[in-house]
Amino acid sequence: MAPARPSGNLSMEWEIVIGLEVHAQLSTASKIFSGASTQFGAAPNAQACAVDIALPGVLPVFNKGALERAIRFGLAVNGNSADNINRRSIFARKNYFYPDLPKGYQISQYEQPIVLGGTISIVLEGGEKSIRLTRAHLEEDAGKSLHQDFHGMSGIDLNRAGTPLLEIVSEPDMRSAEEAVAYARALHSLVRWIDICDGNMQEGSFRCDANVSVRPRGSDNLGTRREIKNLNSFRSCSRRSNTKPDGRSRRFKTAGPSRRLPCCSTRTPAKPAPCARRRMRTITVISPTRICCPWSFPKKWSRKSGGPCRNCRSSEGSVT
Amino acid sequence: MLNASLKELSAALGSRKISSVELCKLFLDRIARLNDDLNAFITVDAEKSLGQAAQADTRIARGDAAPLTGIPVGHKDIFCTKGWLTSCGSKMLDQFVSPYDAHVIEQFNKAGAVILGKTNMDEFAMGSSNETSFYGPVKNPWNRAFVPGGSSGGSACAVAARMAPAATGTDTGGSIRLPAALSGITGLKPTYGRVSRYGMIAFASSLDQGGAMGKNAEDVALLMNVMAGFDQRDSTSLERAVGDYARELDQPWDDGSADQPLKGLRIGIYKGHFGAGLSPDVARAIEAALVDLEKLGARRVDVELPSLDLSVPAYYVIAPAAASSNLSRFDGVRYGYRAPEYRDLLDMYCKTRAQGFGAEVKRRILIGTYVLSHGYYDAYYLKAQRIRRLIAQDFAEAFRQCDLIMGPTSPTVAFPLGAKASDPVQMYLNDIYTIPANLAGLPAMSIPCGFGQNDLPVGLHVVGDYFSEARMLKVAHHYQRATVWHRRAPPGI
Repeated sequence: MAPARPSGNLSMEWEIVIGLEVHAQLSTASKIFSGASTQFGAAPNAQACAVDIALPGVLPVFNKGALERAIRFGLAVNGNSADNINRRSIFARKNYFYPDLPKGYQISQYEQPIVLGGTISIVLEGGEKSIRLTRAHLEEDAGKSLHQDFHGMSGIDLNRAGTPLLEIVSEPDMRSAEEAVAYARALHSLVRWIDICDGNMQEGSFRCDANVSVRPRGSDNLGTRREIKNLNSFRSCSRRSNTKPDGRSRRFKTAGPSRRLPCCSTRTPAKPAPCARRRMRTITVISPTRICCPWSFPKKWSRKSGGPCRNCRSSEGSVT
Repeated sequence: MLNASLKELSAALGSRKISSVELCKLFLDRIARLNDDLNAFITVDAEKSLGQAAQADTRIARGDAAPLTGIPVGHKDIFCTKGWLTSCGSKMLDQFVSPYDAHVIEQFNKAGAVILGKTNMDEFAMGSSNETSFYGPVKNPWNRAFVPGGSSGGSACAVAARMAPAATGTDTGGSIRLPAALSGITGLKPTYGRVSRYGMIAFASSLDQGGAMGKNAEDVALLMNVMAGFDQRDSTSLERAVGDYARELDQPWDDGSADQPLKGLRIGIYKGHFGAGLSPDVARAIEAALVDLEKLGARRVDVELPSLDLSVPAYYVIAPAAASSNLSRFDGVRYGYRAPEYRDLLDMYCKTRAQGFGAEVKRRILIGTYVLSHGYYDAYYLKAQRIRRLIAQDFAEAFRQCDLIMGPTSPTVAFPLGAKASDPVQMYLNDIYTIPANLAGLPAMSIPCGFGQNDLPVGLHVVGDYFSEARMLKVAHHYQRATVWHRRAPPGI
């Protein structure tokens, strides 16, 4: 359906819709699947062990500390109730080739993430607003490609590879850049308050991607979203989210809904070619993995838990 | 010495009849003499082996020898071995010297065993005839025009040709049992999770399992005593006590007596194992073995395994799916082969993998990527996983009525080199009897039980319930005490 041709002030008829994906590095001493240190700032590859560089034959061993932090987050965004935490949660492999992804796949969660649902309250001038969370899942960070000082070649630093991440995905509940920033700030405070992430944005401990779309005001449909990657400060979060809607709505009204399109923040220092990365990811294949046994956690970890939660298939037991 | 069992070798070492260095030299000489022809070993390093042997001799002299101290063992080239080339039979890892030891290698080192060399194998363990190795095919020591079976063909050949007293292998769909059968030795794939996969180069993680290959059940039990056990670096490793697999070998079965040691043993027979596709010479040898077991007191019971027909198709979805993901780390970036010339990153990936992998590996990566791709995942992968559960349930039901299930390991004896090389489906059907145990995670073994066409060996396949390795080995041991098949060595060897 072609949208009605807008006239007058764009912002009167078009509304911006924002959802945020936040990657929070969890504050464990060692990596999510290996014993190597997660300390920031070491000499390149000084903190990459056999598992991190993906030697033939090595196997991942799940860091219980990462699981505990994810559960702490789940409880915090759900009024301390554990009914948003999957007792049976599984890892999957996201397969794509890139030099800073040593195994050729990222261990992440696809079906049955550790946290499913929850809310974050944000305070705005007009009062309080509740932003719903879709999910939060555990995954491993990639290494870094270094493109300077290598005389036309690239260097690979795998110190960051395997650092535990909690990817926190919100519903598209935000309607302005201000709301997006308020949400990001609230989340930032929360993860530091419950002590699962140091929140250092310069070091990349807390990274935001925004999914932005526009739609005619009053519509219930979501427009095709544009992804804005690597917002590494609240200022860029506000600036980038704000600059998009005009351009988008202009395209929207002239050409109709466009393809889903990634867009890279130009102020990102460490990753010069994330658009190229994204192209690699389009051949992503999700494959299930039995690297870790499905686990379930002891009842004492949740105060209000009563019986199995949604998506729960297994009975309670110990962490394996 | 060449024909001696591990127990006899251990006794000879303990009583100083022979030193570990001498024993090692004996086998190294045999390898030097036979390997050009049989191609069982990819890497032999006399200096390293003799160094370990000298250490073992010191340990024996000190009086703290373990049962395998000083005994040389061949290791499949899939096990990462510190300081040794670990090629996995592939050009991709032709130059890869492992900086660390697999758990299995560590265990043998701790036991004081000597690494005799790294044995040949199908590339990344993908093959049933040991013809896909980058280092050329292994030959069957019983007749060099025939295949030894794969993928642990180098290990099987080395043991059968008395180039090694014993060897390790891995089994994803029959890779220990098939070469054991076709080369006339005894091989055991334990329960999934019994032997750590740490340092074992992954093919299909949920099916791969390390195991033992020897001349007889007793040797296999002694190898298992070293290999089995919990390892926290493998999350699927089982935290369950390992007994002494050798201790009760001589004990009779539950109701057994001296003259009928297997009295009370119920052998499950599934008709589907004896239907079309089974070669008559193999059928005759299996029937004779079952009659021998009945003489020892066992009885046959019929069991139904209704989903078993779906094993091969399910396996050839699940295993390639896992392989396509597991092998993506071989990208030319950090180690292993890299194409000498390329335009850009994508070109480097394409050329490296096109040149570094052989045809069978590429075929499976393609199948695996296809079945996992968007839109096909539910139709293929999830369906195969459901079949897998059905097969495990079939076995659980069958083991209510019997103790062990027996049948042929392979539908035919060894076939000529090159006979099935151009027909992958025919090649895949070699594993028709062995694959179900991998899908269900059950322990299974192959025992020499006679000879068929061209005087080539036949293997009796035994599948047990989870963790019944000790009982399986006991049955095999009693069978071998009453028969001579496992004592026969290839002609001229």
